[in-house]
Amino acid sequence: MATQTTDPAVVADEGAVVDAIRVSVPQRGLGHDLRAVSIVWRRELIRFRGDRLRAITSLVQPFLFLFILGTGLSNLAGGSLPHSANFDFKTFIYPGVLAMSALFTAIFSAGSIVWDREFGFLREIMVAPVSRAAIVVGKCLGGATIATFQGVIFLALAWFAHVPYNPVLILSLIGMLLLLSFTLTAFGVMMAARIKQFQAFMALTQMLVMPLFFLSGALYPLNGLPAWLTVLTRIDPLTYVVGPMRHAVFSHLSLPAYVTHIINSRLAPGITWAGWPVPLWLSLGIVAVMGLAMMAVAIAEFNKTE
Amino acid sequence: MTTETAATAGAAPALGDGGGEPVISVSGLTKRYGEVEAVRGIDFAVARGETFGFLGPNGAGKTTTIKILCTLANATSGTATVAGFDAAADRDAVRRNIGLVFQDTTLDTYLTAAQNLRFHAELYGVAKAAVEPRMRQVLDMVGLWDRKDSLVSTYSGGMQRRLEIARGLLHAPHVLFLDEPTVGLDPQTRSSIWAYINDLKRREDITIFLTTHYMDEAEHCDRIAIIDHGKIVAIDTPEALKASIGKDRVQIHTADDEAAIRALADAFGIEAAMHEGAVTFAVASGEQFVPRLFAELAIPIRSVSVSRPSLDDVFMSYTGSTIRDAEGGAGNEFMRNMHRLRTGRR
Repeated sequence: MATQTTDPAVVADEGAVVDAIRVSVPQRGLGHDLRAVSIVWRRELIRFRGDRLRAITSLVQPFLFLFILGTGLSNLAGGSLPHSANFDFKTFIYPGVLAMSALFTAIFSAGSIVWDREFGFLREIMVAPVSRAAIVVGKCLGGATIATFQGVIFLALAWFAHVPYNPVLILSLIGMLLLLSFTLTAFGVMMAARIKQFQAFMALTQMLVMPLFFLSGALYPLNGLPAWLTVLTRIDPLTYVVGPMRHAVFSHLSLPAYVTHIINSRLAPGITWAGWPVPLWLSLGIVAVMGLAMMAVAIAEFNKTE
Repeated sequence: MTTETAATAGAAPALGDGGGEPVISVSGLTKRYGEVEAVRGIDFAVARGETFGFLGPNGAGKTTTIKILCTLANATSGTATVAGFDAAADRDAVRRNIGLVFQDTTLDTYLTAAQNLRFHAELYGVAKAAVEPRMRQVLDMVGLWDRKDSLVSTYSGGMQRRLEIARGLLHAPHVLFLDEPTVGLDPQTRSSIWAYINDLKRREDITIFLTTHYMDEAEHCDRIAIIDHGKIVAIDTPEALKASIGKDRVQIHTADDEAAIRALADAFGIEAAMHEGAVTFAVASGEQFVPRLFAELAIPIRSVSVSRPSLDDVFMSYTGSTIRDAEGGAGNEFMRNMHRLRTGRR
């Protein structure tokens, strides 16, 4: 086996029974922390790969929204939607439902911290000589990766909603999914740092996830709402991802000019603050900053010792 | 059991004076959780290479002490150093030098054994070239190399514990902490776990700190501390502790047990009682007493057995108030310890 080792302290003496292989744990450094980030991230992927049932079940809900609710409401909303072969209510809600497909996976992935705590594995991590930041960062990136992957599976269904497989569109959607998934995982990790029971975590996140989704404008246009609802939608961080996603999707549809006009004026006017249109960079910037802030809170929380 | 355990014989240093710095040293340690004082001022030191056991009932403060030593909890007051580093101020240094096997499993059962070990190696920054050979070595040691690619969820409780021990050793720690290493395992698996631990002591230069509430496990230790209600009531080698009780247990079968009990009281001033169907009494140096017994007891004796005091007897004598009151010698030892604890405390 590996008898030619670079480290002189390592003696891989296969035959001898008594000799211990000399292993020394290095001082903490950036390289070591990066290895920790990487292995926490990889564990997330390994576990996701081993759990196909979870991958399938987390697709059920967005699937229901897109095909059952989407098709059903197409019927009702038909009159107010522009007539076109390439556009219906499914197209309208597709970006929001795409965000939703990542939502549950991201939160659930963060929830595995609570699970790990209950089943002891968190202790194995907490006694390791690595910075708590490395652990939290690895976890957030891991959750972001698998939630994005889940979103990508849902992206494959774009055709059913008349959304074209345009490479630029796909890439920008994946980019936004990644950002959204990261922030959602950071949110979940922050919650998981404090909540000790898995049931409590699930109950609390369920309670928060549905309002987040409903207030994001995933299912309806953001303009012409009553004032109270307008305020609530502008507070919801999910709004600032669903808006840009919808904008990206709609700008890649090949539609007659008059349809595009209706869409831009009535259906996807973009996010505004008291009439001021929020630019794309600010929209996504808000989401990124929130994600980083929540991750920082999570790190501080994990740095505490009883 | 009438014979002594071989493992505990030999040179066991008294209170961590094995030459050089102690590997673990604790002084005036307390830990309060709200109203509850889990650890109430303890002092001890563990010498390099020693196997040191914390013996006490559940809730005595064993796990709390281990958590403080392993940097998982902060002490309310007092200090603890492990491998030369302060457990509160220099956490990372302590973490680099210790391996842990917890009471409850801390394995990821959705991963294979090899994946669990690799995770550990990466987290501890084990040199890449050393990971594979070291993994093989520790898995061989606990006899799980063949099963390394099985999911941990398919392992039995005993196999999981062995894997945890292997993982705790992967980064070659100087100190291995074992919190109730065999709790919840069947007797056969328990003895095999101990075989691995004893084997480990031979192979590696390692100090072992363990907690247990099994008396027979405490016998494997070089020294034990008896902890009760958050305080250490005695620290010594199992031999010395048993000797501190000062008496052996003698059981005799006679032609007339009633008469024998009376005769023992009259002739020797010994209080005997029927126990397990035999006349039972405690006496200092039982072997030397037996010839006298044969010579001076008028009643014919059919059989005799002499046994050393067990750790059960020791434990009872240090923690059970009735026995403590009855045993003068042990009581003095107890008072000495109490005094030391009081003065060591703030």
